[in-house]
Amino acid sequence: MSASGFRISAGGRSALPVLALLLIGFAVPLATVIGFSLMPARTFGLSHPPTFENYISIYESTTYISLLWSLGLAAATVVILILISYPVAYGLVRVFGRWSTLITLLFVIPLFVSENVRLYGWLLFFIKNGVLLGTLKSLFGVEWDSILFTKGIVLFGMVYVHIPYMLFPLTLGISMVPEETREAAFDLGASRWQVFREVELPLSLPGLIIGCLLTFVLAVGAIAESKVLGGQVVIPIAHDIEIAFTYAQNWPLGAALSVLLMLIVGVLVLLALRRFDLDRFLGRR
Amino acid sequence: MVGRDGVILFLKGLTKTFAGRPAVDAVDLEILEGELFTIVGPSGSGKTTLLRMLAGMETPTAGDIVLRGERINDIPANRRPTCMVFQSLALFPHKEVGANIEFSMKIRGIDAATRKRRALELMKLLRLPEAYYGRAVTRISGGERQRVALARALAYEPEILFFDEPLSALDYKLRKTLEKELKDIHRETGKTFVYITHSLEEAMVMSDRIGVMRDGKLVQIGTPQEIYVAPNSKFVSEFIGDVNIFPVRVTGPGKLVSGEVPGEIAGPPVSDGLHEGYLVVRPEFLRFLAKPEDADNHVVGRVYNEYALGSRIQYHVRAGELTFVLEKLRHEAFEGSLDQEVTIGWDAANSIVVPDR
Repeated sequence: MSASGFRISAGGRSALPVLALLLIGFAVPLATVIGFSLMPARTFGLSHPPTFENYISIYESTTYISLLWSLGLAAATVVILILISYPVAYGLVRVFGRWSTLITLLFVIPLFVSENVRLYGWLLFFIKNGVLLGTLKSLFGVEWDSILFTKGIVLFGMVYVHIPYMLFPLTLGISMVPEETREAAFDLGASRWQVFREVELPLSLPGLIIGCLLTFVLAVGAIAESKVLGGQVVIPIAHDIEIAFTYAQNWPLGAALSVLLMLIVGVLVLLALRRFDLDRFLGRR
Repeated sequence: MVGRDGVILFLKGLTKTFAGRPAVDAVDLEILEGELFTIVGPSGSGKTTLLRMLAGMETPTAGDIVLRGERINDIPANRRPTCMVFQSLALFPHKEVGANIEFSMKIRGIDAATRKRRALELMKLLRLPEAYYGRAVTRISGGERQRVALARALAYEPEILFFDEPLSALDYKLRKTLEKELKDIHRETGKTFVYITHSLEEAMVMSDRIGVMRDGKLVQIGTPQEIYVAPNSKFVSEFIGDVNIFPVRVTGPGKLVSGEVPGEIAGPPVSDGLHEGYLVVRPEFLRFLAKPEDADNHVVGRVYNEYALGSRIQYHVRAGELTFVLEKLRHEAFEGSLDQEVTIGWDAANSIVVPDR
C-alpha cells in the first residue's frame, strides 16, 4: 500500500498519454465543432447564446442534395470495391502464391504519393489531348470525347483511391479462414462453390465488414475526386462544408453540417455493427 | 483391379513425393470391411500424407487406391464415399451444433425435417444432449466438439471414416475415455475406420489391426497382439515403449553373444539368415531372481531408481554400462532398497531377436 493513499495504478498511468492525446486531439476539437454549430450564423466565437438556427437553415435549404450525393457515391464505391477487391484478395491469399508480395506492393506503392497528386495523374491521363486520348489521336487518328468531368469518373476516382482500405482488411479476413475448415466442407460433399458460400464467405465476413466500414466512412467525406476529376459536376457534402468555412465565412453553418454528417455516418456504422456481430463471426462467442 | 473378398480398400504401390522426396513410399495395404485399422508412426513418417491421399485431398504421385474394386485415384474428396475427422476437427465455427452435423445432408438437398431427425439420432448415438442442437460449436467443451465432428462425419454416411489424430489435442483422461468411446461407436456403426496416431498405446487400445509406418513405408502390419509380441524390427520394438534392447550376434541355435552382456545368452529360435540383430526383452518379462538358476539368463546389477506408473512400478537396474528396465504390478513390488545388489533375469522364450531396420 502506498503512503500517499492517492496514487494512480500502473495501468492508469500507462493510459495517461493516450488519454491526453484523445482529449486534446479528438474530444476538444469535436466539442469545439459542436459548440460552433450552436452559434448564430456568421459569428466567430463561442460566447454567443446557443441557437439551432444553423440546423434549421440546413433543413430548409437544398443541402440534402449534396448529402445524398455523398452517401450515394460512398455506397456505390463500397459495392464496386467489394466486387473488385474480393477476387483480388482471394487471389492474394489462395492463388497467387509467391507473386502475392509483388502484387501487394503494387497496391501499396501508390499510397506513398499524395492522393491529390495521384488524382492529377489520372486527370492528365484522361484529359483531352492527354496521355490516353492524345495517344489515340496521334497514332490512330480517332478522336473521342473526354470522360472527364462526369459522375462516372468521380466514382472511378473514389474507387481507385479507396481500394487499399477494402483490399487489405479483406485479405486478412480471407486468410483467417482455416484451410482444414475448407477441406472439411469439401470432404463432406460440397462443391467448390458451396464451400465458398457456406464456409469461406461467412468466415471472411469480419474482414469484409471492416473494409466496408472503413471505405464508406472515408468515401462519405471524400472531396478531391469530384474537384479534380469531376470538375464539380457533383457537389459532395464535404465540399459544402469547405465552402461554409472558407468562401462563405460561415463557421457555424459549416460546423452544423459537419455534426450532421458525423451523426448520420455514426448511426449507419452502429447499425451495421449491430447487424454483424464481429465477435460471433470470429467464433469468440 | 479387383481386390480380395472382404477387402474394402486396397492400396498398391501408393507413393507421394514432395519435391522429389517420397513422403509415402510404395505402400501396399489391404483394409478389411468393417475393421478399425490404425496407422501409427512418428511425426514425419508420412502417415498424414497417406491418409490425405485416401481421403482425396492429396493426389498420389504413383500407385493405386482401389475402393471395392474401383480405382478412385482421380475422384476428388467431395465425390468419394469417405469422410475425414481432422486433427483440428475443422468444425464450422459460424454454425450451430445441429447445422454442423447436418452440413452434408444440406449439401445433398435433404429436407430440413429429415435432416434434424437424423442429426438428433446421431447426437443420441454420441451421447450429446438434445439441447445442444442449437448451441454454437464454440460454446461446448473439447470432448463434445469431438463428438460433434464424429457425428458430422457419420451424417455423410461414408463407407470409410478416416481419423487424423483427432484426440491428440485433448488431455490424458478425456483421451482415454474417447478412445474407448470411439471403439464403441465403431462397433455400433459397423463402419470401416482408418485411424492415424503417433501413439502406439492409443492404437493398441482401439485397433483390430495396426500398420506401423516409418519414413513413408509400412514396416509392419498386424493385430495389436502380433505387433506387441512379435515386432519385426528394432524400430517397431522401440516404438511400442520402454524396452530392453541390445545388439547381439547369433552363434548357434538358441545361442547369442552380445558385446554388452557378458557370457552366452540363451535366446529364442531365430529365423534363418539372421546373424546379427537386437535382442528385445519387454520390461514385464524381466524378473528379480532369488537365485541365478531361476531364469535362462541372469544379470547382476544395482537398483538405480523406481518410477510409479499407476498400476505398475518401473525399476531401472544398472549393470555396468547397461540399464535394464523392469516393470512389476504394484502388489508384487520389489521389496528391497535403492542401490541394493540384485540379480535379474529372463527366459529365452520371453525374448525375441529382431533385425536392425
